[in-house]
Amino acid sequence: MIPVEFDYVKVTTIDQAIAALKSGGEDSKIISGGQSLLPVLRLRMADPSVLVDCGGIDEMLGVREDGDSITIGAATTHHAVMSSPLVQQHALLLAQATATVADPAIRHRGTSGGALAHADPAGDVPAAALALNASFTIAGPGGRRTVAAKDFFLDYFTTAVGPDEILVSFSIPKCDWGSHYAKFNRTAQAWAIVGVAAVVNVEGGVIKEARIGLTNMAPTAVRASTVEAALVGASSAADITAAAMHAADGTRATSDLHAKADYREHLARVITARAVRAASGI
Amino acid sequence: MTAALDTDTALGKPIRRKEDAHLLHGQTNWTDNIQLPGTVHMAILRSPMAHAKITKLDVSGALKQTGVVAAYGAKELGELNGGVPCVWPVTDDIKMPAFPALAIDKVRQVGDCVAVVLATSVAAAVDALDAIEVSYEALPAVTDMEAALASGSALVHDEIETNACYVYKMPCGDYEASRAKADVVVARRFINQRLIPIFMEPRSVVAAPMGMSDEITIWSSTQIPHVLRVLLALVTGIPENNLRVVAPDVGGGFGGKLQCYREEILVTNLAKKLGRPVKWTETRSENMVATHHGRDQIQDIEIAATKDGKILGLKVTLLANMGAYLQIITPGIPLLGMFMYPAIYKMDSYDFTCTGVFTNKTPTDAYRGAGRPEATYAIERIIDELAAEIGMEPMELRKKNWITHDEFPYTTVAGLTYDTGNYEAATEKALAMFDYDGLRAEQARRRASGDPVQLGIGISTFTEMCGLAPSRTLGALKYVAGGWEHCTVRALPTGKIEVVTGTSPHGQGHETAWSQIASSILGVPVEDIEVIHSDTGRSPYGMDTYGSRSLAVGGQAIKAASERLVEKARVIAAHQLECSATDLEFVNGSFHVKGDPSKSQALGAVAFEAFTAHNLPPGVEPTLQAEATIDPADFSYPHGTHLAALEVDTETGQVKLRKYVCVDDVGIQVNPMIVEGQVHGGVAQGIAQALFEGAEYDEDGNLLTASLADYLIPSAADLPSFDTATTVTPSTTHPLGTKGVGEAGTIASTPAIINGIVDALRHLGVTDVAMPASPQTVWRTIQAAKAGAK
Ligand SMILES: Cc1cc2nc3c(=O)[nH]c(=O)nc-3n(C[C@H](O)[C@H](O)[C@H](O)COP(=O)(O)OP(=O)(O)OC[C@H]3O[C@@H](n4cnc5c(N)ncnc54)[C@H](O)[C@@H]3O)c2cc1C
Repeated sequence: MIPVEFDYVKVTTIDQAIAALKSGGEDSKIISGGQSLLPVLRLRMADPSVLVDCGGIDEMLGVREDGDSITIGAATTHHAVMSSPLVQQHALLLAQATATVADPAIRHRGTSGGALAHADPAGDVPAAALALNASFTIAGPGGRRTVAAKDFFLDYFTTAVGPDEILVSFSIPKCDWGSHYAKFNRTAQAWAIVGVAAVVNVEGGVIKEARIGLTNMAPTAVRASTVEAALVGASSAADITAAAMHAADGTRATSDLHAKADYREHLARVITARAVRAASGI
Repeated sequence: MTAALDTDTALGKPIRRKEDAHLLHGQTNWTDNIQLPGTVHMAILRSPMAHAKITKLDVSGALKQTGVVAAYGAKELGELNGGVPCVWPVTDDIKMPAFPALAIDKVRQVGDCVAVVLATSVAAAVDALDAIEVSYEALPAVTDMEAALASGSALVHDEIETNACYVYKMPCGDYEASRAKADVVVARRFINQRLIPIFMEPRSVVAAPMGMSDEITIWSSTQIPHVLRVLLALVTGIPENNLRVVAPDVGGGFGGKLQCYREEILVTNLAKKLGRPVKWTETRSENMVATHHGRDQIQDIEIAATKDGKILGLKVTLLANMGAYLQIITPGIPLLGMFMYPAIYKMDSYDFTCTGVFTNKTPTDAYRGAGRPEATYAIERIIDELAAEIGMEPMELRKKNWITHDEFPYTTVAGLTYDTGNYEAATEKALAMFDYDGLRAEQARRRASGDPVQLGIGISTFTEMCGLAPSRTLGALKYVAGGWEHCTVRALPTGKIEVVTGTSPHGQGHETAWSQIASSILGVPVEDIEVIHSDTGRSPYGMDTYGSRSLAVGGQAIKAASERLVEKARVIAAHQLECSATDLEFVNGSFHVKGDPSKSQALGAVAFEAFTAHNLPPGVEPTLQAEATIDPADFSYPHGTHLAALEVDTETGQVKLRKYVCVDDVGIQVNPMIVEGQVHGGVAQGIAQALFEGAEYDEDGNLLTASLADYLIPSAADLPSFDTATTVTPSTTHPLGTKGVGEAGTIASTPAIINGIVDALRHLGVTDVAMPASPQTVWRTIQAAKAGAK
């Protein structure tokens, strides 16, 4: 279909973007890669009056090294993120998760920041950001603030970014643990039924610490904290499988065409064990 | 005397497709690319409800919107609200309710057209839909076929007082006697789920009054420009000789564009009424609900056999979902399958009954294979179940019952006469390519070790009837048209050739293949041949493209017309060379006087003589062209053996296809590369039914799989590289020795996959798995089998 008519503004600074959002009022929206927003507009599920394009703001583009962490501009495309040497070296999990997003055409348009701000519970990037303890830089009329990953994802398609705010970038503490993103879906281009993002610190064949993010097991990406705790000290496949039995604990899996909640919970256990084994090499 | 096929010709060579350069360079002419001055764009208000009374409809608000030229509901449209035609009343007492283009008083499916707006831009038309006032009063939706037939069910069409459209029976032999004699009777219910034809180019239609004359030209993304012209003339009352239908580049059809759609009727009538071009292109969302669907049958099948595996009889009882209305050949689709349940097997009796059922869903109609995939699925599945029941290797059971190569021509229990075939040869070749024994050994190892990943081997030894069709047979089945095909071949004064065909390609490669046929007879290079098609103004006669008929039927017409042209040229050449026509031989495009190599005349030179007409033999008319309209002697019966090896992850239910081998016998191949392409695409589409695709509705009749995010179609990434090969058993009823190939892969592959999944899991107690075999479905099937075994 054709979207309802809207205005389009392309800005080059954060301040311009905030001003443009403000002057557009409640109905204004940021457009980044447009890969989630345009389908919504074309189906006429939303009708913003102004779209503010942040793709021209230098600060929001590219990956930078920042001491102990790396910072990724929110408007950096999925493709640029997954092929960035900095990401591959210090946040491999993000590259692994991003590589499973849709297909190359969409990854060349869609952006990490768009995916995180959109916060689709089935999106692959949020679970990786959670497992990697990312922190988010948000700019608004009142200035800038930083939000930790655990406080960023609030509900279905809802994050800490307010309607008059912009996600500028997100930072990830350098992480050299073993990592793996396991995405369970029906066709190569389909969304995840369940996804598991795992980073695991193994010393001498024993798991010291693990952080696990789950995709599509709740209204937002969530950490599998019971599994994380149970994994400490694990040193065998059987240990991992036993720990992974807790993967659905505390989740709020929903039922849809591709999976009822009980099957999703079952998958979370199976896939978590597989992801942790792949990440840990155990 | 006919011109012999030259062996050293283009025929049979895998030459590259002529049509690809313009496709690959973006020079295609899709219907939606057509921009005519003064065009108005149509947008459609569609029903959001499956079954409801329209209690209010007021389009006047739309008329006040910027850019809006007109708006109509059924009332405003009056007699221009033409009815969608159905040309296959399969029984004398079939119920054929009216199907007006715009719903009158009641809607019967989500996506029913309720009103239209015409505006100077698509955006304005779509915006104005919001200004139409409409309200509905919900009625109970009829969604389940068995419930639809039960007494007291809500009715899709009140006036016919039932939801049963027709009951068709074909008893062949005495099934009850076979059953009484049998040691084993295996019965199953299979659900052949509803599919949505997903072509890349959505439907699109433009109609324009041509100004100086009364002609209206209709460009439509259709498979059937010729048939559509006839039907539009009948429906709209516009004289047929004032209608020209053109199918420009068409981006796929798979049966979904074998139709006379309500949107085509509306656009044509409104162009005439408004006196300006009208255009409509569907969105993908509209495509999902308003393009006809395919399959959707409940199949009860029962096979009776001896304990050592001799099949005695087969009984098939179908419920076929018509959807809310009958479209072009909706009722006939199951009958195209009716003849094929006995497939390649010998048996004494066969009993077929089909009940067509109305429901509040999108109408069904032809979808790649149309009736035959359903039949092949059911028979190939039940053969595996019979094999399991009597403890016989499934391939051995097939061998024991199939028609052997020396038994052809063979008249089956369903009354068809298969001209040729060699199931042994295709199977032997497939087994050798597959490493059947090695895979069976691996399967045994995995079973023994309790591997969470189990291996399954799926077999499908299929045949099908295609090349629609002998007109007399179609008439006997009450189909209201013929199955002939036409070709005109012209040698132009400059020696170039025009092959005018009545087939209507939409991706198949006819331009290349037809050139190869003509080239092999005329001795003119393929590059010098232009194939003219899909435009009733330039190619007035034809029955178009569907049912794997274009080569099987149209190819015969090309051959006959080309040969007739050579014969006319021979008379002229003999006159020019001052010899008798019988003294001439025609080699590589030139006539030569036998025994005198100095005397010859090329076809191009003859064409020039025919053009100047200065020196033609007495009684010979100027111009060099010939035509042929050929009715095929019989259907065409391609066959093959398809083998799939797949891994089932029993922990998740996910199926991974590891290897797919198919050996198809499509007779003589005009272009083996095109054959391979058709097999690849067909196999992928059949696998898609087995594993991925399925239209799902809720109980209120809402389509749940209404976008491509939920209706999953596979891409190359989801499929292995297929190992394809062929055997060549020429058809004897088709003069070129060819058989159809367009649907073979789709017909064959679905049961191979499901048989493979069941084979992988049979030791766990699994005896069937529903389609599409999604991970969840397979996992639940395993859970249920385990629980049952306990
Ligand atoms: C066919 C298809 C398949 C897909 N499959 C997957 C998949 O498998 N996995 C997956 O994870 N994703 C998938 N996606 C979504 C894809 O990842 C999108 O790129 C992503 O969700 C959104 O990024 P975007 O840059 O396109 O954002 P946009 O569409 O431009 O924006 C999305 C939303 O975020 C807001 N927004 C964007 N940037 C900012 C910002 N800097 N600050 C504040 N708000 C902002 C917008 O206002 C909008 O509401 C798919 C998309 C398509 C079209």
